[in-house]
Amino acid sequence: MGHTAEPVDLQGRLSARWHELPELQRTGVVIALELVLAGLLLFIDKALGFGVGAVVAVYWIYRLPPVPWRLAAQAVLVALFLALGPRSFGILLAAAFAVFWIPERRRSLVVPAVAIGAAIFYPFYQGHMFTIPVFGSWPDVATGVVMLVFVMMAIGLNIVVGYAGLLDLGYVAFYATGAYTAAFFTSQQFAGQKCPTPGVSVTNCTVAVVPRHKFDFGAIGLTPGTGGIHISVWLLLLLSGVITAVFGIVIGLPTLRLRGDYLAIVTLGFGEILPQIARNGDNLFGTGVNLTNGPNGITPLDSIGFGNRLSDATGGVLPSNFLTCCKASHFGHQIQSTDIFFWVAIVLLLITVFCSLRLQYSRLGRAWIAIREDETAAAAMGIPLMRTKTWAYASGAFFGGVAGAYYAVFRSATFPGDFFFNISVFILCMVILGGMGNIWGVIIGAAFLAYLNQEGLANTGSWLNTNLSANSFNLLVAGIFLALLLWLLVRAREQMMRYVLVGLIVVDLVLFVGLRIIHLPIDVPLYASGIYGLIILIVMLLRPEGLIPSRRRAAELHEGVHDEPLYDAVHAGAEA
Amino acid sequence: MIFVGLLAVLLIKEATVSPSQFAQTTLIGLTNGAVYALIALGYTLVYGILELINFAHGDVFMLGGMFAITIGTHVFGLHHGQGPVTVLIVFATLILTMLACGSINATIEFIAYRPLRGAPRLAPLITAIGVSFIIQDVGLAWKGPNYVTAPDVFPHSNVFSVGGVDYQWNHLIVVIITVPVLLALLWLVQRTRQGKAMRATAQDKDAAAIMGINVNRTISFTFLIAGALAGAAGTLYSLWATTVRFDQGFQLGLIAFTAAVIGGIGNLPGAVLGAVTIGLIQSWNEGLPWHMPGSDWTQSLVFSILILILVFRPEGLLGEKTPEGG
Repeated sequence: MGHTAEPVDLQGRLSARWHELPELQRTGVVIALELVLAGLLLFIDKALGFGVGAVVAVYWIYRLPPVPWRLAAQAVLVALFLALGPRSFGILLAAAFAVFWIPERRRSLVVPAVAIGAAIFYPFYQGHMFTIPVFGSWPDVATGVVMLVFVMMAIGLNIVVGYAGLLDLGYVAFYATGAYTAAFFTSQQFAGQKCPTPGVSVTNCTVAVVPRHKFDFGAIGLTPGTGGIHISVWLLLLLSGVITAVFGIVIGLPTLRLRGDYLAIVTLGFGEILPQIARNGDNLFGTGVNLTNGPNGITPLDSIGFGNRLSDATGGVLPSNFLTCCKASHFGHQIQSTDIFFWVAIVLLLITVFCSLRLQYSRLGRAWIAIREDETAAAAMGIPLMRTKTWAYASGAFFGGVAGAYYAVFRSATFPGDFFFNISVFILCMVILGGMGNIWGVIIGAAFLAYLNQEGLANTGSWLNTNLSANSFNLLVAGIFLALLLWLLVRAREQMMRYVLVGLIVVDLVLFVGLRIIHLPIDVPLYASGIYGLIILIVMLLRPEGLIPSRRRAAELHEGVHDEPLYDAVHAGAEA
Repeated sequence: MIFVGLLAVLLIKEATVSPSQFAQTTLIGLTNGAVYALIALGYTLVYGILELINFAHGDVFMLGGMFAITIGTHVFGLHHGQGPVTVLIVFATLILTMLACGSINATIEFIAYRPLRGAPRLAPLITAIGVSFIIQDVGLAWKGPNYVTAPDVFPHSNVFSVGGVDYQWNHLIVVIITVPVLLALLWLVQRTRQGKAMRATAQDKDAAAIMGINVNRTISFTFLIAGALAGAAGTLYSLWATTVRFDQGFQLGLIAFTAAVIGGIGNLPGAVLGAVTIGLIQSWNEGLPWHMPGSDWTQSLVFSILILILVFRPEGLLGEKTPEGG
């Protein structure tokens, strides 16, 4: 490029033309578009139309002068929802408005406190919440546990990918290690069998066989005569983390000196090998050693609890066994074992967030950032590359291991089918969507995607199938792709690329408007991985720094750590 | 070295114990290797020019298989036992599939990789994974979650049958079609003006641009060629194995990528050598009743080789050691 005529800068022209318009006209155009959109949506689904209308209204309310107009508008909006619409939405809106009336310097304390409080009380009000348009009801508490577990994993991966800039495509290996460690130490997997009569083999035994091995250390809820290794689940969480971290170091030591993309491939390799060991581990290499019980997985695992002594000492506040506890009823909600799993997950997550934040600003965390930005320069400044990278691996693996172990305990099972490459990419997608390196972004991205995976996609799918006709669904898909392609077209600088994009727009229209290739009903969860792929693609193309970016990372992504090409020097910096 | 030595000893032992079975699996391994070579060359071409591991390549190969089945059966009415006209149809299907996959691959480059040319190196890699997942789902939406069957058109009669070794035509045909494609590629890269531009761009994009080479066009052309190779591989694989599924491309693609790394990524003859090696190893592993782990472990075996090569000899068997190679 640049040899023939200079291509037209469409993006620059359009944005200049837009900014030439008077302020009032621009506002008018935007409001008109929003009204049209909300009206169209109202036509499809009333709740959706009102929901979008409310969101738009909130946006415009915040452009009003605070006193008295903003206050008044907010009061009217809240009152409207309290009187007519879903009351829970009105309360939520009121709470959100209230938080933003707090002065900004105090907000950094209040917002996390409110968020944690809202999370802790979630099981109590979950049943009373309004139905979200398209997404259906609020996620139930069990989904909440899974979301929290995945948030923990995403935070762990964020240490490796976001802080240290090492692309790990096999994070599922750490998850699997944690889960299987939990399974090994809290199940009957290694019980073995023997005949109570001395000197008689299991096959010739005339009475019931008994377990051969038994090891018990603080486990609860065991029936007498259970074999296998049983360790207190609390100790086990720590142990899984440590074992996984050691595993991370073992993987990391030979591989971390590799360049970025080679490292990615090697981690991918480990991420494929480990699940295969889990899958084929019921008869390792034909030796008859049953390590992982193969495709049947290991189940059941011991239940989790605080034991009788602690439970009695606290007057039953800490339940002795999560699965058999919970007769109490508070605020009209019968507390269930899932709720307790949920609260424990919140505590684990808070610990994870605390550790991650402390690590980020520690000497080690700053060394990670230095390595991410320029390895050679970092080494020249005296940062030990190998040790620092290995620590990143170990820390990331630790959280992955704890999360994996907790998930296994929660489900009381571990299956090799849970550890596919898809999961690695899924967790990576969470980190990318939220914003690499920014822990708050990662938390939001991970919670949202984990919710989508558990409930959201199924709910959205059934909404689509009931509320849209095949024609309008085709139009919707065509519209989404059209928007993406037009956006790329506006930003394209090369003539050839514009031709290709125009061609793709034609293909898009022919397929979805002309041929209407989508038929209903469509099984949306089946296409989960493609949807993550699309999310990755769109985020990387349009906003590589993620939804809530870390400022530093965004600068790197936009300037490029790579050498700028010489012949493109004119456009350097504007390249995204 | 110890590993290679041990392997050789085991192989010789196996070859002496049951020579016919050994020869049989070796011949099938060569066919495997031919298909892997076509895919591996695509990885190596793209890596050579952009230093990008194009994860989506394996899935383009999968799409190629589906295209071949669709074009062959629905457009040309290909079915079993048509006589000599089969040759013509297969040839036409091959060409059309190569064209389709080439243009798809070039389009992927336009949309997904080109806007990230100046971004950090890992950004396009992540995008490539996203594209790979999208293409898998395109295959899923198009042909459903089950295996798609292709008509079994390659003859199964024996080429020769010596001492219990049966070599069937369907295995040989794959090799027969692959070899000229490989030679044509070598000629293209080594002897033509366009090939010279590709090599120059691979060495130094800035210098190539100064010399008047249209770098972007050359990169597009490389993706076109790589996609066409994947299309050829997809056609041959689908007609040879007679089944394709939406997630097969990713797995086979990773195996082919391993082949490219073994040969020294960026090195064309190396990719072929690596592909044949991997094809033989896979075939021996799955076909011989000996101390190899068996087909349950093929994936692990291939990835172990990949990891060992990357850790101990990242430049591969034929690659040159580069300053940043390690």
